[in-house]
Amino acid sequence: MSRVAEFLLRRKGGKGWHWTDIVTWIWLLGGLFVMFGPAVWLVGSSFKSPAALAEFPPSILPYVTQKVTVEGYDKPLDLYEATLPDGRKATLAEVRRIGIVSQMVDPQKPGEIIKVNIGQRTPVRQMSFAMQNYSEPFTHFDFVRYLWNSVFVTVTATLITLVVNSMAAFALSKYEFRGRTFAMLLILATLMVPLSVIMVPLYSIVSALGLFNNLWGVILPTVATPTGVFILRQYMLTIPDELIDAARMDKASEWQIYWRIILPLTAPALAVLAIFSVVWRWNDFLWPLIVLSRKELYTLQVGLSIYSGELNVQWHFILAMTVVTMIPVVLVFIFLQRFITTGIAGTGLK
Amino acid sequence: MKADSPKRTGSGIGETVLLPVRLAMGLIDAPLRWLQRVAGIGGMAAFFLMPNMLIFGIFVLLPFFINFAYSMTGGTALFLPDRSFVGGDQYARLFDCSNYLDANSCTEDTFWTAVGNTGWFVILQVTLMIIVSLITALILNRNLMARSFWRAVFFFPVLLSPVVVGLIWKWILQRQGLLNFGLYGFGFEPFTWLNDRNWAFAATVGVSIWAHMGFYTLILLAGLQAIPKDLYEAAEMDGTRPTRAFLRITLPLLAPNLLVVVVLVLIKAVQIFDEVYVLTGGGPGTSTLYITQYIYETGFATQLRNPGLAAAASILMGVVLVVLTLLQLSLSRSSEKKGARK
Amino acid sequence: MGHIKLTNVTKSFGAIDVLHGINLEIKDGEFVVFVGPSGCGKSTLLRMIAGLEKPTGGELAIDGKVVNAIPAADRGLAMVFQSYALYPHMSVRQNLAFGLENTKMPKAEITQRIAEAARMLEIEAYLDRRPGQLSGGQRQRVAIGRAIVRRPVAFLLDEPLSNLDAELRGSTRAELAALHARLSATMIYVTHDQVEAMTLADRIVVLRAGRIEQIGTPLELYNSPANRFVAGFIGSPHMNFLEGTVESVQSGKAVAALAGGHRIELPVNGAKVGHGARVTIGVRPQHIAVNSDGSGIVAKIKLVEALGSETVIHADVAGQKVLVVAPGQHRLAPGTEMGLSLSAAPLHLFNDKGLRLDHTV
Ligand SMILES: Nc1ncnc2c1ncn2[C@@H]1O[C@H](COP(=O)(O)OP(=O)(O)OP(=O)(O)O)[C@@H](O)[C@H]1O
Ligand SMILES: [Mg+2]
Repeated sequence: MSRVAEFLLRRKGGKGWHWTDIVTWIWLLGGLFVMFGPAVWLVGSSFKSPAALAEFPPSILPYVTQKVTVEGYDKPLDLYEATLPDGRKATLAEVRRIGIVSQMVDPQKPGEIIKVNIGQRTPVRQMSFAMQNYSEPFTHFDFVRYLWNSVFVTVTATLITLVVNSMAAFALSKYEFRGRTFAMLLILATLMVPLSVIMVPLYSIVSALGLFNNLWGVILPTVATPTGVFILRQYMLTIPDELIDAARMDKASEWQIYWRIILPLTAPALAVLAIFSVVWRWNDFLWPLIVLSRKELYTLQVGLSIYSGELNVQWHFILAMTVVTMIPVVLVFIFLQRFITTGIAGTGLK
Repeated sequence: MKADSPKRTGSGIGETVLLPVRLAMGLIDAPLRWLQRVAGIGGMAAFFLMPNMLIFGIFVLLPFFINFAYSMTGGTALFLPDRSFVGGDQYARLFDCSNYLDANSCTEDTFWTAVGNTGWFVILQVTLMIIVSLITALILNRNLMARSFWRAVFFFPVLLSPVVVGLIWKWILQRQGLLNFGLYGFGFEPFTWLNDRNWAFAATVGVSIWAHMGFYTLILLAGLQAIPKDLYEAAEMDGTRPTRAFLRITLPLLAPNLLVVVVLVLIKAVQIFDEVYVLTGGGPGTSTLYITQYIYETGFATQLRNPGLAAAASILMGVVLVVLTLLQLSLSRSSEKKGARK
Repeated sequence: MGHIKLTNVTKSFGAIDVLHGINLEIKDGEFVVFVGPSGCGKSTLLRMIAGLEKPTGGELAIDGKVVNAIPAADRGLAMVFQSYALYPHMSVRQNLAFGLENTKMPKAEITQRIAEAARMLEIEAYLDRRPGQLSGGQRQRVAIGRAIVRRPVAFLLDEPLSNLDAELRGSTRAELAALHARLSATMIYVTHDQVEAMTLADRIVVLRAGRIEQIGTPLELYNSPANRFVAGFIGSPHMNFLEGTVESVQSGKAVAALAGGHRIELPVNGAKVGHGARVTIGVRPQHIAVNSDGSGIVAKIKLVEALGSETVIHADVAGQKVLVVAPGQHRLAPGTEMGLSLSAAPLHLFNDKGLRLDHTV
């Protein structure tokens, strides 16, 4: 154990501790707690029963009070560790509670009622994961629909994003034509026009096209991303033009050059864009909230926010659904984090 | 080129998966060859650019331009032809105040409340965000063990959806939540944080920093790592103290990145909506009502919707964003020039 | 098959005129080499023949058919690029097959052609590797193989050996010559390298600043360069140029005085040389003799490079630089003087415009 501590505390270069080292480790460990703590707490809470969720102070792990079936009673009764008036300790089941007095029975001898002050008893608890928090939304709510809608929007939008933007990037990086700079500037200028600025007219256009309350109305406005064109173009500029000349000599059509030469060679940049697009589309909220007003079309994000905004919030379901919503992003994070961080550091996009 | 790594020689599974795609692409090829013959290579360039430009024109450019038209019409009708022309009335309404220092004296008091809230939010959030992410970047730039792990720790919330972020914190800040649990340990009574105007406001600032600081930390870290190590070694040889090295070397060399980050944070902060909408819904009252939510509710959500007013407000916000973006562009350009002069 | 004719072909990039009226006829099966200084338009000319650039003016014909408007793919030519331009994401086999698949050729024939080319170029062992896993020389062969399988009307090669090291360049050059003999296809070859031009070419086209300076067989260019530029360009080390003034002209013989006062007899060969005309006399370094007794043209020795088999002497004749390549080994000290003799040397005479003064080709 002390070996481990020594290893962890050892400093590179073997120098002594400086006050900045202490600040560093306080910051890092505090960061670990603040950054991961909330998500961990969420996941832990999502396995608690509604009763456990309502408790204060809350328990760290999901506990429920153990129950026993006692002869002569229809329902299972809560089990308590009680101190009897004569000082003996016993495990009893509570029949009912009147004021501060609890009427209890010994599960072995169900005939005899024992009265115990409620201060003299503590519930017998056991760990239990409330899996129905997860299973019920899948069966009783439209959750599966929301999940499907989100997956559909994410996958379709990402595919279209990749195709449409790579084609444009190809044209803008490998062809000389009038207005190329203009097109490039136009695309870059849209970086200045976020959704929040154009949502009113965009909504009317989407409605006019009959895409209101339609998943395509969520998908289409997002697919021509300037950042997508930009990173793909930057990457394609590094592909030597001689390869395209060679392909032309090889009787390849321009379309073939695009999909048999350029696309495969742009794979790393396409992968980065695909990852970003998946995260963006999965997380989109404001626009789907505007376009989708029919329940069966909600995406996960919209569905979750609407459920959580209801008066009678069913936290046990919300928490579980939030965890499910987090899963794809967490997977992306675990497996592709390196890809994303280098992508951001390189291009400054989000 | 990266693509010719030796690993990728055998690709049996990939081939079969790609087979239908190949066939489809092959089928398109014949008509496209014909198009190429007719339109020439320049025509093909137009063909490749077309889908993007079309989508982009319909869903970005067109709305951008008709937004101005919307802002000059009134009524509740959705489609532009059904709407009546009112000229600058919507703008006049937004600016109709008897006392310009008091939001409540304005006709559109919620607009000015939202503007005021957003202003405070931006000032606080940007300042704190820069401080927090700069400190984190400086710490991550040290000679750390498992640096990529620590970087990942701070980056983790960036990928979470705003809705999830909002819900996580709503759950933590509620009466039976983790925060009260922690404070309970120190003898405090449970408190409903999000029902208090000031605490709710603070929560929106804190939560949005929590969610996005990893992103800016990453950019600043990249900037720090671009500073040549030998500068510090030279400073150490000269007997420069670390704090002085930070002020005289790190800060000046990081300044361009820092400026870009400041403007990026600003642009995002002005548009804050998603996580706040889920966390507080703008409340309690209007204490966390920010400008995007005002536009959204004026344009869509409330019974008395007024798309013209929402459009006018969104144009005002657009102007602010354009100014900020141009500021960013000119900043990054001038810092490039400076870099070139060195 | 493989007859290429250019008539008054010009090319401009925007306002920049890169090629000015190129006239050139390449016979079927001929090996033609384009040489010229960097930026003179060799690649542009080649790419125009390939169809990768459109001529601004003039006419380009292949086998009698004007191809100005015909795209690269349909001209039946194959090109080998300086960077090889192999598709990095395809195996060698796929690289070779790509062009054939695009012509909808039956699979069996593709396989057979690849096998044949691979055997010819000895690249069978790495058909399933990717270009990134090959050495420079191997990539070069693959690039040539990609052209060969197409069975083109003509091969266009743009500095194909320039990325190889000296030794490999030598052996590949020999193989290219053998390949040309075997395929007997038209080949147009761009290079900077004198030796490649001299050894490979049936005819050399010398270009300068977008114009053709001279077309001829390697020895024609070496023996009777049409102007000072070609004379200086062909041959290594460069030809020496000595300025002189014609002093007397009598019955086909002229005598000129060099700057240092030395007089030499000029091979006028019937060209008109006026009394008092300023001429440039070109003489190759290998043709200048060093007089052991110090007589002849007096030259001051600047630098001596002893290469063993020969000695390169940098000297100064009355302010003009002269390079002498003398066979064998000589004991000469820099700073001393020596005598040079031109009596046995073939002299090249150019007028003050740099044009050759005799017409004996
Ligand atoms: N796409 C282009 N746009 C503008 N100018 C060009 C273009 N391509 C070539 N040029 C110009 O045309 C001239 C000839 O270029 P070219 O590549 O043909 O030279 P080269 O003889 O092949 O030179 P090198 O031996 O260095 O390869 C150069 O001055 C070059 O700058
Ligand atoms: Mg060239």
